[in-house]
Amino acid sequence: MKPLKSSTKEALAGYGFLMPNLLGFLLFTSIPVAASMALSFLDWDLLSAPRFVGLDNFITLFKDPFFWQYSWNTVYLMLAIPLSMAGSLILAIGMNQKLKGIVFFRTVYFLPTLCAGVAIYMLWRLIYNPEFGILNTFIAKTGEFLHIPLKGPYWLTDEKWAKPALIIMSVWQSVGGYNMILYLAALQGVPRDLYDAAEVDGANAWQKFWAVTWPQISPATFFIAIMSIIGGFQAGFDPAYIMTGGGPNGSTTTIIYYIYNNAFEWHKMGYAAAIAWVLFVIVFIFTVLQWRFFGKQVHY
Amino acid sequence: MLEKKKLTLEAAKRRKFRREIVGKLAAYIVLSIGAIAMIGPFLWMVTTSLKEPGQVFSFQKNWWEEWIPTSFVWENYIKPWSVVPFARFYFNSIFIAVAVTAAQVGTSAMAAYAFARLKFPGRDKIFFGYLATMMVPGAVTMIPVFILLRYLGWVDSYKALILPAAFTAYGTFMLRQFFMTLPKDLEDAAKIDGCSYAGIFWRIILPLSKPALATLTTFTFMGTWMNFMWPLIVLNTHEKFTLPVGLAYFQSLHHTDWTLLMAASVMMILPILLVFIFNQRFFVEGIKLTGIKG
Repeated sequence: MKPLKSSTKEALAGYGFLMPNLLGFLLFTSIPVAASMALSFLDWDLLSAPRFVGLDNFITLFKDPFFWQYSWNTVYLMLAIPLSMAGSLILAIGMNQKLKGIVFFRTVYFLPTLCAGVAIYMLWRLIYNPEFGILNTFIAKTGEFLHIPLKGPYWLTDEKWAKPALIIMSVWQSVGGYNMILYLAALQGVPRDLYDAAEVDGANAWQKFWAVTWPQISPATFFIAIMSIIGGFQAGFDPAYIMTGGGPNGSTTTIIYYIYNNAFEWHKMGYAAAIAWVLFVIVFIFTVLQWRFFGKQVHY
Repeated sequence: MLEKKKLTLEAAKRRKFRREIVGKLAAYIVLSIGAIAMIGPFLWMVTTSLKEPGQVFSFQKNWWEEWIPTSFVWENYIKPWSVVPFARFYFNSIFIAVAVTAAQVGTSAMAAYAFARLKFPGRDKIFFGYLATMMVPGAVTMIPVFILLRYLGWVDSYKALILPAAFTAYGTFMLRQFFMTLPKDLEDAAKIDGCSYAGIFWRIILPLSKPALATLTTFTFMGTWMNFMWPLIVLNTHEKFTLPVGLAYFQSLHHTDWTLLMAASVMMILPILLVFIFNQRFFVEGIKLTGIKG
């Protein structure tokens, strides 16, 4: 037997290294993506035989008032994104002042992001408790102090206040996390001489921010915004499941929660797959946007 | 004339110095208010977890008693263990997070090496396939994967939690990008010395990629540890629950036993805190690495 050519050897090694990941990738990602497309044309409860229904799922979906309500909820909850980003930027600017104890602040701010999950949602369910939650206690005490009767809302059980409650929690949780660190990195990348030039021209802090900092960090702002929007369309299941069960009256059910309910509570696999594909199209549009703008700018 | 110029220069310097002090002070104030808002809820959680059940509801207390524990009911931390198999939840969570992380980092690194350094027919097409699926929401694949697991009879097993999470395009992509930045000279030298591809991968690529590997390890571990939705979908029996699902189950049993719920929450958060304190660097560097360059 002749020894193998070196390029053949390299190709074999390549396939060998790739194989474990590729097999798993095909089985659990590529094939399911295709299968999910096929599923969206079926009516299937996993018990009886699947039935081909063509575009029926999509037609039902566009006439489904719940789908529109939950899509609105999902977009409404994304109000947290600009609020959290503004907070992240303010904190990052504060952290960029070469102060002592920055590591301490960074650790503290990262805690809510780090601990995100069921435990935090349970904590906030208690914080929002209308009778003895810390938030309404605080509101009532403030009222006593000012001699006006103040009473906090019923937060999670009030249709009007459930979404704002989730937004407040979400801002608290994300304000000091990934976005702040990205902003801090961006701020540290702004060339020092730009500020010096602005100072020579007599710019005050406010003017320096809008003339130098803001345009210089705009790639970071855009990146964070797009990534948060992409995430935001797929968000909302965990907190709503723990804190409100999607209620009251569906006011905190998001698209992903509706997919979960259709697939795993009501066993409407085809319909759930159709919703998932609509979600995919939305996410895809924003991903393309991101690529358009970031193709060249990613490395600054 | 000269004297006057010197004076104004000095005044300008002093003004700048004063402005810096004011700026720093303002920064400290903003950061401290923020820090209180961040820590407050955690503090309240710990205080509540140490109360008698009745104390939570009482209104006749001083404001500081909300924040500083005045009673220490340690039983709150013991009771959850007897109500639900808490130890088992811990074990499940650790086991699954370790297994997923090991599998994902291992197979991703191997695939990334193939994509970054080896030439084989179809390589770029396959890599494009990886890239294309990265933006597909988890919700799209979730349903077919569940049906697949059901056919394989794997629902309600560790396999259902580990295998679908073990091979990701994201980890492969991230490591491939990192491997591309490594200098090639070392590898060429090793090749001349007759080192095999496996040898190059093991002795050159991996040791040079420690920061990227540590980042992927940390994020994969945390992501798996916190994952709630997927375990909720595929698990039925309590003995297989991970901590988040177990905690949600505990909440469904003790919906208003706030002292117990908070104690259980503290116990869930504690291990993450410890991991974080020892690996803080990787988090921060990792976010910069994946955020700016990804």
